[in-house]
Amino acid sequence: MAAEPRSALPGALRRWDTALIATLLLVTLAAALLVDGFATGRNTQFLLLDAVAVGLVALPVTLIIVTGEIDLSVASTLGLCSAVMGQLWLSGWPLELVVLAVVALGAVLGAVNGLFVTGFGLPALAVTIGTLAAYRGLAFVVLGDRAVADFPRQWTDAAGGTAPAGAIPAAMLITALAAAGCAVLLHATPLGRALFAIGNNAEAARFSGIAVARTKFWLFVGCGAVSGLAGVFWTLRYASARADNGQGLELAVVAAVLLGGVSIFGGRGTLAGVCAGVLLLVTLRNALQLADVPADTLDIVTGSLLIVSVIAPRALSGLRQRRRSRATRT
Amino acid sequence: MSRAHPRELGVLAALVLLVAVTAAANSRFLSGQSIRDLLLSAAVLTVLAAGQTIVVLTRNIDLSVGSVLGLSAFGTADLLSAAPGTPLPLAALAGIAVGALCGALNGALISYGGVPALVITLGTLYVFRGIAHSWAAGRQINAADLPRPFLNLGTATVAGIPVLALLATAVVLAVAVWLHSYRSGRELYAIGSEPAAAARAGIPAGRRVRTAFLLSGSLAGLAGVLYAARYGTVDATAGQGLELQVVAAVVVGGVAIFGGSGTVLGAALGALLLTCIGTSLAVLRVDPFWQQAVVGALILAAIGLDRLLTARLAARAARTAGAVRTAPEVSRGS
Repeated sequence: MAAEPRSALPGALRRWDTALIATLLLVTLAAALLVDGFATGRNTQFLLLDAVAVGLVALPVTLIIVTGEIDLSVASTLGLCSAVMGQLWLSGWPLELVVLAVVALGAVLGAVNGLFVTGFGLPALAVTIGTLAAYRGLAFVVLGDRAVADFPRQWTDAAGGTAPAGAIPAAMLITALAAAGCAVLLHATPLGRALFAIGNNAEAARFSGIAVARTKFWLFVGCGAVSGLAGVFWTLRYASARADNGQGLELAVVAAVLLGGVSIFGGRGTLAGVCAGVLLLVTLRNALQLADVPADTLDIVTGSLLIVSVIAPRALSGLRQRRRSRATRT
Repeated sequence: MSRAHPRELGVLAALVLLVAVTAAANSRFLSGQSIRDLLLSAAVLTVLAAGQTIVVLTRNIDLSVGSVLGLSAFGTADLLSAAPGTPLPLAALAGIAVGALCGALNGALISYGGVPALVITLGTLYVFRGIAHSWAAGRQINAADLPRPFLNLGTATVAGIPVLALLATAVVLAVAVWLHSYRSGRELYAIGSEPAAAARAGIPAGRRVRTAFLLSGSLAGLAGVLYAARYGTVDATAGQGLELQVVAAVVVGGVAIFGGSGTVLGAALGALLLTCIGTSLAVLRVDPFWQQAVVGALILAAIGLDRLLTARLAARAARTAGAVRTAPEVSRGS
């Protein structure tokens, strides 16, 4: 019975990806026609900048969810890294060194998650809810409710300003490159195949010689480092290091990844789908914001998208199965 | 379930130790007024923790409780300020009904959709909060807008004990009796410890899980009513972030996050311990920003301890049985 839906999967997956990209194009077209100020160069740049933090963090979270685990602490890691960045800059460190230290800190925070999950065999959900609270709490311990704002202009301009050349901000170019790298890693390397194998059946993966625990551990480390990098970007883009930076971002990230067709149970998903998911989410929020829909409604939209994106594939495969069983019966 | 008892004693010991240390540092911590304040603050968290226990026992989780509390608290306060003549029991029922509706939606999505409760309730956490914000539209309802008898409920005492604390105790006792002595309650343990076996034994898992979420939502609704009575000032952000404390209370109280084990009494003690930590930090003049970090550390410590106890019990069982069947479990981490 379990093999039945899996054999039907590649087709369903391709259809989900295509449907998603079609939806993205449709939403973009509708927004361009209906919403004033959407189809301008300036708004496109803002939209792409908005997609950077969500997109960056969504990459390692995708890899983690493919293996059947989850990381809910990414936004808190971003916040703690931002707070520490502010504190180190205040105490006079050179900014290059601050950035390195903050990314390293992110990796350490990810290693703590990884250690709890793989070393002690604890459920990632419970661990990262714990560190979600702990890291955010530490962020406030480090910086309180103060904000550090006096970062050098050329750095904040590079992160948040308009692009140096063309319409695409440099930060988005870096994110796109990272996404391409992750896509190659996930879909064209033995490591990528190992991640899918772990997500489909960790026990079988272990017996076939995959170092399941070690792989998961390093995924969490990488996820922490990328969240730290996203913290650096966030801080510079808004020229403000704050303990509550990125609060709630975990929802947008998880919503984008699942919307992109990655199964919450692990074992399937594509990076192209995730990229489309991220862009769809960000475009929808951007268009609604421009159309003067209040921020509260945006939360309802994001939350509903998350729910729909996990229920829709199940409902679709259920329908397809029923149709098939009816066909075989007659 | 046999190992739940030492766990509750452990939480109780930690509670006594914390109170002793804080009282030694500041004798006013044990004054009647501050104990009443502590019980009042713990009441809301305890009611939420009782509901969360029911859900976690079935190997699910309800992250939306903070938002449900906010929606119900604002709804109740809005109703009472718009129609001050509303009988209080009716207003309370309305608040509980809001929660029940949210819980029923969660349960239906999870059991009919066949998707993890984590994702659904993470989604509804934002949906319910968004609805509360849209409803409030920036308004805040102040104590002056609420009828006096309702606010009195928040501070009234019977024989020196706050009414809210008595209500919370009644909820915990009712849930404890249900879980312990009724077949439908005991079946939650079976569903949580081995869903496949429970299904084979003919337990209607889907219906039980829907009931669990309905109860969790209703209790979060009740907690919203208590919150409005206690604080008097309510806006759409009421209870924001509370879900973390509730999950912490439940796992610290010995309810296994993987379901199937734990008691509501333990969860209530966990809620009391967490509230006590918040008050103690203030009395000991520790930066209040530490509180959330402590909550996170407690969650990690509690699930770590749980794993340690399980591994030790398994090892002992293996030794007495003279078998090494648990070896894969031990070697999981390597």
